[in-house]
Amino acid sequence: MQFGIVFLIFLTLYFSVSHEEGNYFWRLPPILKVIPLILNEFIYKTVYSWFPIETWDPIFEMYETKSGFRIATQYLSQSLNIAITFIRELLLGGTKTIKLLISDSFVSSHGLHWFAIPWPAFVAATFFLGQQLGGFRLGLIGAIGTFYIAVFGQWVPSIETFSFVVITTPICFTIGLSLGIWGYLDKKMEIALQPILNVMQTMPQFAYLVPIIALFGLGDHAGSLATIVIATPPMIRNTILGLKKVAPEVVEAGIMSGCNKRQLLFKVLIPTARKDILNGVNTVIMQCLAMVVIASFVGAKGLGLDLKIALNSLKIGKAAEAGLCIVIIAVVLDRYTKAWANKANDYFANLNFYQRNRFWVLSIASLIVFSILAFIGSTVFSKVNYFYIIPIEKGVSIGPYIDHAVDWVWETFFYALNDFNKFFIGNILVPMKHFYLGMPVIATFVFAMGVGFIIGGWRIALIVCGLLLFIAFSEYWDRALITMYMATFAVIAASINGIIIGTIFSQTERGSNFILTVCDFFETFPSFVYLIPVIFLFNITDTSVLIAAVVYATVPATRYTVWGLKSVPLQLHEAGTMSGVSKFQRWSNIEIPLALPHMMLGVNQTLVFGMQLVILGALIGTEDLGQMIFSALSRPDGAGLALILGTFVSFITICVDVIIRKWAQDRKKALGID
Amino acid sequence: MTPVIDCSSVYKIFGNNASKLLKESGGKVDSKIFQEAGCIVGVNNATFSVNKGEMLVVMGLSGSGKSTLLRCISRLTDATSGKILIDGEDICLMNNKQLIELRREKMGMVFQNFALLPHKTVIENIAFPLIIKGTSLDNSMYKAREMVELVGLKGRENYFPRELSGGQQQRVGIARSLAVEPDIWFLDEPFSALDPLIRKEMQDEFLRLQSVLNKTIMFVTHDFDEALRLADRIAIMKDGIIEQLDTPAKIVLNPATEYVKKFTQDVPREKVLRVNAIMDGPVQNAGSNSISSDALLESVAEKILNTQEILSVKDPKTNQVVGSINQSKVIKILFGAD
Repeated sequence: MQFGIVFLIFLTLYFSVSHEEGNYFWRLPPILKVIPLILNEFIYKTVYSWFPIETWDPIFEMYETKSGFRIATQYLSQSLNIAITFIRELLLGGTKTIKLLISDSFVSSHGLHWFAIPWPAFVAATFFLGQQLGGFRLGLIGAIGTFYIAVFGQWVPSIETFSFVVITTPICFTIGLSLGIWGYLDKKMEIALQPILNVMQTMPQFAYLVPIIALFGLGDHAGSLATIVIATPPMIRNTILGLKKVAPEVVEAGIMSGCNKRQLLFKVLIPTARKDILNGVNTVIMQCLAMVVIASFVGAKGLGLDLKIALNSLKIGKAAEAGLCIVIIAVVLDRYTKAWANKANDYFANLNFYQRNRFWVLSIASLIVFSILAFIGSTVFSKVNYFYIIPIEKGVSIGPYIDHAVDWVWETFFYALNDFNKFFIGNILVPMKHFYLGMPVIATFVFAMGVGFIIGGWRIALIVCGLLLFIAFSEYWDRALITMYMATFAVIAASINGIIIGTIFSQTERGSNFILTVCDFFETFPSFVYLIPVIFLFNITDTSVLIAAVVYATVPATRYTVWGLKSVPLQLHEAGTMSGVSKFQRWSNIEIPLALPHMMLGVNQTLVFGMQLVILGALIGTEDLGQMIFSALSRPDGAGLALILGTFVSFITICVDVIIRKWAQDRKKALGID
Repeated sequence: MTPVIDCSSVYKIFGNNASKLLKESGGKVDSKIFQEAGCIVGVNNATFSVNKGEMLVVMGLSGSGKSTLLRCISRLTDATSGKILIDGEDICLMNNKQLIELRREKMGMVFQNFALLPHKTVIENIAFPLIIKGTSLDNSMYKAREMVELVGLKGRENYFPRELSGGQQQRVGIARSLAVEPDIWFLDEPFSALDPLIRKEMQDEFLRLQSVLNKTIMFVTHDFDEALRLADRIAIMKDGIIEQLDTPAKIVLNPATEYVKKFTQDVPREKVLRVNAIMDGPVQNAGSNSISSDALLESVAEKILNTQEILSVKDPKTNQVVGSINQSKVIKILFGAD
C-alpha cells in the first residue's frame, strides 16, 4: 500500500545519505538560530525602554525614567499580590491587608491583627458546602480531606495554595468565558483562535516561566500569571463547545420569543450551556493545582514550594506529604465543582430564609462556635493552640514511614531494579535513540510528509512540513530528535497498556465505571507527582522519565479505549451475537474497528501527556529539549530561548495531532458513527 | 380584506451562488440543474396568502421544503428572493430591531422538539417572552398562570421540563407561544415527536384552543390525516413547490396532480367530507326529511343510503334549503372508482 512505499523510500534514504557535516540531506543549516536572540531583544527592550515615563520615586526622592510597559506590569503584579495576600489573611490572619489601609505604626502600636479562621470552622464549612452540592457523602469526603490537612500540620501551606487557586480561577474564568463567547459569535475569531489555542495547550509549561520572570519578576503573581496562561485555553474551548451544543431549536425559540442579541446570549445560550461551562471551571482548577509545583519555581508560596524544597534535599517523605495534600485539595475541588456543574437548579420561591441560605447560616454559626473554642484554647494551651492552627512540627506526620518504606524497597530490590535498568537502557532505549539520531533530515521529512499526505492530502503534508522545518532550521534538531524518540516510546507503551487495561475493564458496566473513576483519580495528580517514585527506583536516567511518562500517559489511553468500546452501537453487538461470534472475534471484528477512531484520539492525548512528562523529566537531567528549556531558566538570555524551544515541543505535538485527528475524522465518517 | 400573511414568489435556495443563479434562471428553477451547480432548492416560487382567523396547514414529506417555508415567513432564515407581507408590511425589508418588535408583539411559534429552556420551570418558561418584552415580573407571572390553566397544566407550575412527559412539555411550548397573545401563530410539526394516542389528544386540545382564540395559523406537518383533521386549507408541497392549495374537501375530491392523488386515494372520505361539498342544487320534489349541510358524511350516510328519495339539504344556521342529496351520489363519492 501507500504506507509501504513511503516506508521503503524512508529506509533507502536512511541508509544512503552520508553523515557529513555540510550535507544538507543529513542536517539542515541552522539559519533560524537568530530567532531566540531577536525575541530576547524584543522582550528586554519592551521591559526597559518602551514608552518611557518619568515617575517620582519617593524613597530616593528623584525622578526616574521607567518604561510605560514596566509600570503597567508592576501594577498588574501588585494587584495580583494584594488579592492573593488578602485571601490568605482572611483565612490565616495577619496584618498586611490592614496595613494597606492604615499606616504601619498605628497597626503595630495598637497590636491590630486580623484573626485567622480556626481550622475546625473551615472543616465544618467544607462539610456543609459539600452536602449542599452533592449530598452527605460529598460533604464527608470534603470534611475528611480538610481534616487530614489540618491534623497533619499542612494547614498554612495548603491555605497558601488554596488562596492562589481562589484568585487565579475567577480570572481564568472571566477571560476564558469572554474569549469563548467571542469565538462563538464570530466565526473568523474562532478560526484565528484554533491554532493559537493548539500551540498554547501543547507548549511545555516551563517554557512560559522565563519570559514571565523577565516581564513580571518573581513572586506569587508570576505563578498566578503562568497558571492563567496555561489554564485559560481549555476554558475557552469548553465555552465554545458548550455554546455550540445548545440545540438549534432552543436558539430559535429564543429568537421567536423576541430576544435581542444580548438577551439571547445571556438568558438562553449561556444558561443552557451551563454544564460545559462549569466543566471548564473544573478544568481550570485542576490546571491550577497541576501548576502548583511549577509556579513555585517562579516564587509562588505554598505546597508547591514545600514539595520542591523537600525533593531538592532528597527528603522523599516530606515531598510525599506535600504531594498528598495537593492531591487531596485537587480531588476535593474536582468533586465539588463537578457536583456543582451537574446540579439541577432548585426552585427557591417556596423555601424560607433558613433553607435557602442553609450553607451560610450553618457556616457562620460554626465559625462563631469554633472561634469561641479557639479563644478558650488560647488560654488553656500555653505554647500551641490546637484549636486554631496546627503548625507543621506538631502535626501528625507520615513522612518518616514513607522514608522507611522507600528505603526498604530500595534495599530489597536494588539488584533487580538495577539489572532491569541496565537491560532496558542498553537493549531498548539506546538503540532507539541511535536510530532516531541516525535519521538524515530528508528521510524524516519524507516519512512525516508522506504519512501526512496519504492521510490528509497536500494540506496536512504542508502543515507538517512547515512545522518541522521551523525546528530543523534551528540549532536544536538533534535534541528535538531525542525528545521525539522518548515520546514515541512513551506513546507506544502507554497505548498498549491502555488498550489492554481498557479492554479488560470495559467488559462489564461496573468494570468500566470503576476504571474511569480510577482514571479520574489519577488525573488529579499533578504530573510532577509521578516522578517522585521513579527517581528513587531508577535514578537519574532516561528510564525513570520514560516509566513515569508511560504510567502518566496510560491514563488517557485507558480512558479513550473504554470510551471507544462503549460507543460501539448496541445494534452492532446484537448483530454479532446473532451471527454467533466468539469473544475474540467480537473484539477483533466489531469492537476494535469501530472503537479505533476514538482510541486514536486517545493516542493524541496520550502524546500530549507523555510529552509533558518527558519534558518535565528534564528536571532530573535527560538530554532533550526539556533540559535545554530548564537550563534556560538560569541564563540571562533565556527568555527567548525558552519560548522558542517551547514552540518546538508544541509543534512536534501538533504535527502528530493534526495527522491523527484527520485520520480519526475520516474513519468516523466512513464508519457512519459520530 | 387584506390577508394577514401574503407571500409572492418566495424562493429559498441554499448554496454559495444562490442569488446569482436565481437571477440568471429568471424565475424558472429546475432543481436538478441547481443541484449540479452545488445549490439545494428549499422553496421554489411559493405564492399564497392566509386570511385572518384561518388555519393553513403546509403538508409534505421530509425534504419537501415545508419547514424551510415556515422559517422564511418567520424570518428565522432569510428568503433568497420574494415578497412576504405580514399585515401589509414586507418583512424581508425589516431591520433587526423591527423584527424583534414584530416577534414580541405579533408572533408565537411552537417547535417540534419543544425547545424549552432546561434551566427554567414551567411557569418561568411560559413567562419568558413576556419578560424579554420588558413586562414586569408580577404581570408576566400573572399572565403565565392564566396560560398554564388554558393548557391544562395547573399544579405543575414549578416543575422542570425534564420532569414532564412529551405531551406536557409541548403544552408548555404552546402556552409559551401564546403568552404575548400573538395574532399569528406558527407551529412546526408540533405533535410529530409524540406517540399516536397522545397526538390525537393534543389535536383535540388544539382544535378547542383555536375555537376559543381564533388565531391566524400556519401549521406544518408531514401527516396528511392530521392536515385533513385540522386545516381550513391545505398546501401540499413537494420538492419546494406547492402542488395544490385548497380546502380539504376539494383536495380529496379533486386532487390536482398524481402526487396529491397518492395521499388522497386512501383517505376514508366519509370522515373528511361534509354534505355541502358533494350536494347537488336544490330540487322541487325533495322529500320531507332534510340533512344538515355541514354534517360529516359518515354521520348521515346511513340515513341517505337507506332511502331511494332525494333528500333536501338545509343550512343549519338559516334553516333554508341550499341543496339536495341522493343515494347514488353518496355511493359514487364514497365507493366510486376514480
